[in-house]
Amino acid sequence: MYIIVVGAGKVGWNLARELLEKEHEVTLIESDRRRYLTVEQELEHNVSYGDASELWVLERAGVQRADMVIAVTGDDEDNMLICQVAREKYLVDQIIARVNNPRNRQHFDLLNVKPSVSATDLILRLLEHEVPEYGLVHLLDLQEEQLEIIEMLLGKDSGLIGRRVGDLSMPEGSLLISVLRSGKGFVPSADTVLEEGDEVLAVLDPGKEDDLKRLFGPEGASANGG
Amino acid sequence: MFIVIVGCGRVGSSVARGMLREGHEVSCLDEDPESHARLEVGLEKSWEDLGGQFTVGAGLEIEALVAAGTEKADVFIASTDGDNTNIIIAQIAQRRYEVPTVIARVLDPLRAEWYQRQGLHTVCPTRVAIDMLETAVRESGGRDGTPDDASEAA
Repeated sequence: MYIIVVGAGKVGWNLARELLEKEHEVTLIESDRRRYLTVEQELEHNVSYGDASELWVLERAGVQRADMVIAVTGDDEDNMLICQVAREKYLVDQIIARVNNPRNRQHFDLLNVKPSVSATDLILRLLEHEVPEYGLVHLLDLQEEQLEIIEMLLGKDSGLIGRRVGDLSMPEGSLLISVLRSGKGFVPSADTVLEEGDEVLAVLDPGKEDDLKRLFGPEGASANGG
Repeated sequence: MFIVIVGCGRVGSSVARGMLREGHEVSCLDEDPESHARLEVGLEKSWEDLGGQFTVGAGLEIEALVAAGTEKADVFIASTDGDNTNIIIAQIAQRRYEVPTVIARVLDPLRAEWYQRQGLHTVCPTRVAIDMLETAVRESGGRDGTPDDASEAA
């Protein structure tokens, strides 16, 4: 594949290096002259000097024949613009944009610059995974398809312990797909009785997390009329 | 009309004063609190006393855009010193807040031209300068006061 990476900061430089090792053709574009000269000592002709939000700089890098454009500069506006132009003007199939400020993610979505990656969000996800009190862990987000798969641990205070799966009133737009018990997973039937320490996997529409958290929390039983 | 102007530099502040003078309601948004002083250049009263509004904040911040009144704006002008910022926030005003008239100042003629074709109203001062310079050269005479050969041939 021919991949253009914009921004030779730590992320861009390492990314370019890894992609080259995987034998992709790579052009890394950097607009800061000093940074460019540093990176050029290692990556030589694979790095190009210029501001990639200037269309002629992208064209000089061969954006028309690029299979993928990855914008990882430290500036969200630049990343959005570069990816938007790459996809809509130069018809590049695949784009990936870095989100520096997670609050800007909504703008990336609004302009249809997807997928976008935010290190802050990723670390928050990891935190959810490592710190059980967060309760609900995202296993998979399919942004395009508007689906999420989450995992929840049934703590000892969960109102659902001892209840039949068939009796749960799962929020609309969510489905219990699996139960992990003592390290083994199985697909629950209506007669499966939930136990303390069960980890349940559910697929749901985005935005249903809070409903699920309530259901599986201490008030869950009353929410179910029990 | 209610006009929101993001980026209160030389261009933004002049447009803001001009529109206020013409009787429009004007709200300015700028990251730099100091830019408020630029708004008041040549005014006999304070910007607020004359009915103007000023908000400190960045154009990408939803809270700042809302505080400046973007949701009810008739006209939205993006005139910060960054082309990419202007293009992005103008699209936010257009798509998210459905402002009927959105104008972005874009210095780079190539970006201005392409986004214009995508339905974004762009104003490109560089393009204007290029055209004016070319016209001035064409209309100028040579050392002997006669128009140059090229323009005669054309």
